[in-house]
Amino acid sequence: MSKQPERIFVKGNEAISRGALAAKCKCFFGYPITPQNDIPEFMSTHMIKAGGDFVQAESEVAAANMLLGAAAAGIRSMTSSSSPGMSLKQEAISYMAGSEVPAVIVNINRGGPGLGDIGPSQGDYYQSTRGGGHGDYRHFTLAPGNVQEAYDLTIKAFDIAFKHRTPVLILGDAILGQMKEPITPWEPEAVDEEGGRDWALTGRTDGREKRLIKSLFLAEGSLAGQNKHLQEKYDSWQDLAECEEFECEDADLIICAYGSIGRIAKSAVRKFRKEGKKVGLFRPITLYPFPNEQLRALADQGKRFLTIEHNMGQMVDDVRLAIRMVADSDFYPIYPGNLPTPDELEEPILNCLEGK
Amino acid sequence: MIELNEKLVFDRPESVIDRPTHYCPGCHHGIAHRLIGELLDEMGLAEKTLLASSIGCSVFLYNYLNVDAVESPHGRAPAVATGMKRARPDKFVFTYQGDGDLASIGMAEIMHAANRGEKICVVFVNNTVYGMTGGQMAPTTLIGQSTTTTPNGRCQTHDGSPIRMTEIMATLGGVAYAARGSLDNVKNIRQAKKYLKKAFEFQTNETGFGFVELLSGCPTNWKMTPLQANERLQNEMIPYFPLGVYKDVSEDGGVC
Ligand SMILES: Cc1ncc(C[n+]2csc(CCOP(=O)(O)OP(=O)(O)O)c2C)c(N)n1
Ligand code: SF4
Ligand SMILES: [Mg+2]
Repeated sequence: MSKQPERIFVKGNEAISRGALAAKCKCFFGYPITPQNDIPEFMSTHMIKAGGDFVQAESEVAAANMLLGAAAAGIRSMTSSSSPGMSLKQEAISYMAGSEVPAVIVNINRGGPGLGDIGPSQGDYYQSTRGGGHGDYRHFTLAPGNVQEAYDLTIKAFDIAFKHRTPVLILGDAILGQMKEPITPWEPEAVDEEGGRDWALTGRTDGREKRLIKSLFLAEGSLAGQNKHLQEKYDSWQDLAECEEFECEDADLIICAYGSIGRIAKSAVRKFRKEGKKVGLFRPITLYPFPNEQLRALADQGKRFLTIEHNMGQMVDDVRLAIRMVADSDFYPIYPGNLPTPDELEEPILNCLEGK
Repeated sequence: MIELNEKLVFDRPESVIDRPTHYCPGCHHGIAHRLIGELLDEMGLAEKTLLASSIGCSVFLYNYLNVDAVESPHGRAPAVATGMKRARPDKFVFTYQGDGDLASIGMAEIMHAANRGEKICVVFVNNTVYGMTGGQMAPTTLIGQSTTTTPNGRCQTHDGSPIRMTEIMATLGGVAYAARGSLDNVKNIRQAKKYLKKAFEFQTNETGFGFVELLSGCPTNWKMTPLQANERLQNEMIPYFPLGVYKDVSEDGGVC
């Protein structure tokens, strides 16, 4: 990777858009919903300038299906939305998972359920990590914690999508999407723009065999075979799980938090460290695959855990699964609808430290 | 020995794969497939064609046509085709959809793909029922027509009226060509092929969106013999769904 020295001051939403351009994304399909509107707005001009195409779809259903079509044709493509729109995209995401179509999808998570609000939330963790549509599938889920990481992970998302022929989700929230920070943009060196050479729909040019992208498997045993193949692929991702471990080495208590909440928890950890309190932060960067082994290693050292999420308790299930039989995790919820602050986290962390 | 001097006058188009179809006897899907196959051959399109298949009895079209294809969710083929065409504008992209798929669950996708003037073709097979799921009421089911969910016949005040899609398509700015044909007899089949050819040409010359509705028989769910089904098509369907060209921008002066 060739780092350019240039620094720019942008919102998380713009960083994701610029990351996609750097990754040679050539088609974008969007639909307005707050707080992700900056992405389709940015893409409407920049995607065309980059020689690609932009469509404002009639709905999130259509946008996700346009993504399916463009990606089936082997072109690097993306869509973005926020929670209510993500519910509508799940149909196409299930088809993309089933028929192994690589594409990048962005969810700037807002409050729910229903219309909820337009503020930040982590209420879509289950939807993002369990396969939010019908059928038994998973997709890669990346959770940036700051604006630079939003840029970096978007570039990475395209590589993962094409390498593993899978939809990849970037899960942010209204804080990350709307927050401005200085970042250093960079261009990946060699982007394989024709990454779908042996499967993509390009027409039977030169009389080659026809190609078919489908998720219907009716012949006896064929669906079971496809599901086994998919599961083996998901299992192989475990080695790719990533996390940030901050001040974990000598910590008695580990805060588990992702995305914007991970960042806020980091501020609290810094403050406690100044006071000599042994607190650390474990921030999953890939939510699926979840960094089980890294977390388990900390549990094996006898540490205690407190999971903090901007929801009523979703990732805490994965934390508990990772450390089961060795340790347990306490949980502190920030109710979606409330804005989280570092101060708010101090009391629950102190209580945990003091064993209350 | 007598030498047999047979002359083959009716062969399988190259674009149609030589395998038995799963269709019921008397079903018209096969005729529609053949017409498309003939045109792909005649127009030299097979090698640049991308098909967005749909969900209905014709879901296996991708097994019968020798072209690249992707399976779309129910009703979404026009959106999938939009994505493919935007990604690869030099390819020939078409969808093939039933009346439940296109005029009910996929109404938003067909309206907006048409209105945007996507340079794709849509082949719409209207048999007035949900064939694949066992003959339930479709948006095109005629008033009084008995189906498994309208056992006493479709009632206008309770179930609404049959939708005339080609007429609706003709009102949309992005549509270059909209026509309705029928597959009930040889004359109509020949005419239907001309409509399809015209719609295909509107894409190959990059003019705009082409839409062809094909009135088709579903003897199984109509509970008729194939011949009775053809008679129903002539006596009941064509009067409500009149055949002909509803829009042709090459005659109207063109869209911009
Ligand atoms: C989301 C979704 N809803 C319902 C179905 C079930 N389904 C399969 S085919 C079909 C109707 C097909 O009817 P039509 O489009 O008229 O095609 P035909 O079989 O008559 O050719 C339905 C409702 C489905 N596959 N997906
Ligand atoms: S059910 Fe109807 S549409 Fe389906 S194959 Fe049979 S005749 Fe054709
Ligand atoms: Mg039908």
